[in-house]
Amino acid sequence: MTMPLMKPRRKNPVLRTRQMNLPPFARGRTALGMTAAAAEGRFALQVCQRCKAVQYPPRDACHVCLSPALKWTPQDGAGELLSETVLHHSNDPFYRERLPWRLGLVRLEVGPTVIVHLHGDVPSPRSNDEPVRVHVGARLDRAGAAVLIGFPAEESEHMADDKMLREMTSDPKFRKILVTDGKTEVGQAIVQALVKAGAEIVWVGHAEPWKKLPGFDDITKLPQVTLVPLDLTNGRSVTELAGEIGGKVDIVINNAEVHRAFGIAARRGTDAAKAEMDINYFGLLRLAQEFGPALKARSADGTTHAAAWVNLLSVYALSNYPPHGTFSASKAAAHSLAQCLRAEMRPSGIRVINVFPGPIDDEWNQNLPPPKVAPASLASAIVKALKEGIEDVYPGDVAQEWVERWRENPKVLERELSAG
Amino acid sequence: MTARAAGRASYAGVAVAVPVTVPYRRYSTHGAHWWIGRAMDLLVERSGVAKDEIDGLTVSSFSLVPDTAVGVTQHLGLSPRWLDHIPTGGASGVMALRRAARAVQAGDADVVACIAADANHVESFRQMLGGFSHFARDASYPYGSGGPNSIFAFITAAYMRAFGAEREDFGRICVAQRANALRNPNALFKVPLTIEQYLDARPISDPIHLFDCVMPCAGAEAFLVMREDRAKDLGIAHVLVRGAIERHNAYADDPVLLRGGWRLDRDDLYAQAGLGPDAIDFVQTYDDYPVVVMLQLEDLGFCEKGEGPAFVRTRTLTHDGDFPNNTSGGQLSAGQAGCAGGFLGMTEAIRQLTDDAGERAVKDAKVGIVSGFGMVTYDRCLCTGAVILGRSS
Repeated sequence: MTMPLMKPRRKNPVLRTRQMNLPPFARGRTALGMTAAAAEGRFALQVCQRCKAVQYPPRDACHVCLSPALKWTPQDGAGELLSETVLHHSNDPFYRERLPWRLGLVRLEVGPTVIVHLHGDVPSPRSNDEPVRVHVGARLDRAGAAVLIGFPAEESEHMADDKMLREMTSDPKFRKILVTDGKTEVGQAIVQALVKAGAEIVWVGHAEPWKKLPGFDDITKLPQVTLVPLDLTNGRSVTELAGEIGGKVDIVINNAEVHRAFGIAARRGTDAAKAEMDINYFGLLRLAQEFGPALKARSADGTTHAAAWVNLLSVYALSNYPPHGTFSASKAAAHSLAQCLRAEMRPSGIRVINVFPGPIDDEWNQNLPPPKVAPASLASAIVKALKEGIEDVYPGDVAQEWVERWRENPKVLERELSAG
Repeated sequence: MTARAAGRASYAGVAVAVPVTVPYRRYSTHGAHWWIGRAMDLLVERSGVAKDEIDGLTVSSFSLVPDTAVGVTQHLGLSPRWLDHIPTGGASGVMALRRAARAVQAGDADVVACIAADANHVESFRQMLGGFSHFARDASYPYGSGGPNSIFAFITAAYMRAFGAEREDFGRICVAQRANALRNPNALFKVPLTIEQYLDARPISDPIHLFDCVMPCAGAEAFLVMREDRAKDLGIAHVLVRGAIERHNAYADDPVLLRGGWRLDRDDLYAQAGLGPDAIDFVQTYDDYPVVVMLQLEDLGFCEKGEGPAFVRTRTLTHDGDFPNNTSGGQLSAGQAGCAGGFLGMTEAIRQLTDDAGERAVKDAKVGIVSGFGMVTYDRCLCTGAVILGRSS
């Protein structure tokens, strides 16, 4: 069984901070389909639409009937461990620094034999009479590329603390985390969820300390929580905070947002739209310029190295929701910038997680009928994404349906949304 | 299978000659063209056949990229009427011979030079692993970048579990090959290996340890293929092709590779040669890892599946033993010069059957088998092949 992760000792300040070496990330275009599914937490393989044969490694033609119609389809991952090895040698710097490293050869029930990173709780095969059952899943590795993992058939208590698995995830346990806005219900729910998940320090931003808002006292009482002044509209405020804690933050969660429910004609002038852009888009830009380099520099710094950056976006970033038209536009801008941030963080192995909720059950969506995402559900979706290494999160029923419709045909969705 | 083999043309009248080895180096700054050039120069010098009279060429090389065999023609100033590029690693020797044999039988070429060569710079091996195949790039290299070590660790572990093999059994193969290598001046390994040293070696990828792995190096191997009458006219010592098989992606549905394609085609091979495994005087197996040697002993019919461990326990595998295997030392002790590793058994077999094997000669050897195995694109090796060579009368 995996031993629970112990709180790491303070690092020796004399030693150089270790730099990141990424695992091999080259993949062919076809193989990236597996990465696209893993980015949302799914293990998918290509299935032939003509003869139903399951393919692996990723292919451009069915190995049974030669059909080119191969569709990425979610898999349950049930399989048998055929063989295992422990690497004591590697030609790649990422693995050299992490040896020994356990690998498995698994026969999936659906057919293919797959090479997997093997979780420490999977027993070794002893004889051919006692097959070892495993559960194969896909995860993004430190380079953001999908890899397959052999998990034990039964879950165990501390399995998330497995050394190999922690390389694929950004578990909040023992990590130091900045939540940019503690004033909102969502912000407070995120803080509570992080503390519950074992975060060591949660710095919570508050832009306007004179405002007393409900629920704020509850989180400030938590011993892990430290309030920090942070106003994302003010570059100096961001710079000052980065100077103070930037070198310690392992995870940034940018949940600060301004949300006003207007389209174009319902309100004169650009003040509200500017305020939205100033936080939702420029706020992210200011934050990323100050905290991004600090995170990148510490991405291989011990067992609780800097790991992730979370952006609270909106499913409206995918397609404009006219009743909240300017907000949608600001989130679309933020989404685009977040993709840039992801590309810039990738060489250092920092995962950028984009969260696309549907309407949140808060005061700015008061007029919308349910279903709406409860702040606590949103918070647990974010913690789950950190723990499972997911990159794109669409929490709640509305977001799930939107993204499905958007994938099916973005133009049809636009048309449906404009009909009101 | 056997019935169909009857309809397949024999390799009668094909001679293989002039085994050339360009001495290996662990690392060399020379590129692939240099090694190919050296091999061609030696073929011309030792055969007495003028460069312009060599009218067929096969080239096997990984490090020749982005060139192929055709680039070699201009580089070396050749104008062959027949050309093939066969970069199939451990199977390239058998495959080159089969193609060249048919070319000279058909008269498409008179004298074919078969050359395998690879460079080895300090960075070469790591770079080759990552770009070896699309499947490797997508589905094996990202997992620890161990290259074939981890794949053959899976296969070795599965074989040990299935058939009760012990590490000592693989050790016997390696130790005997080292003994052979000590009588091969070109082998990179020059000191004896004991079974204790084998067992105590550091682990690389369990259960693969250091002496289960070949040492990548630079080098070249080559030979000539021509009609038997031509070889006689030229007065060149030569051997005859008695039979030859190849197979790719055999047993694709086996979950893990515990048998190879030789098994599908061996009846053809022995039928062509008109003899059985008992008549074979020595074997040159492909030995990227010792478990593969054991698979070949079984799949070429020297023992039943799963009897490999017992076979190596009871037989002596040195050049002077009762079952000589890899008399040059094989890749495990001579070094693996990329694709030339797939030619090593061929040049060695020609030497054994033309009284050119010096102090590692197999006594009274008349017939030998050369086996090839190549290309781990994902979880197994895809190409298998074998040739039976016999002494010319």
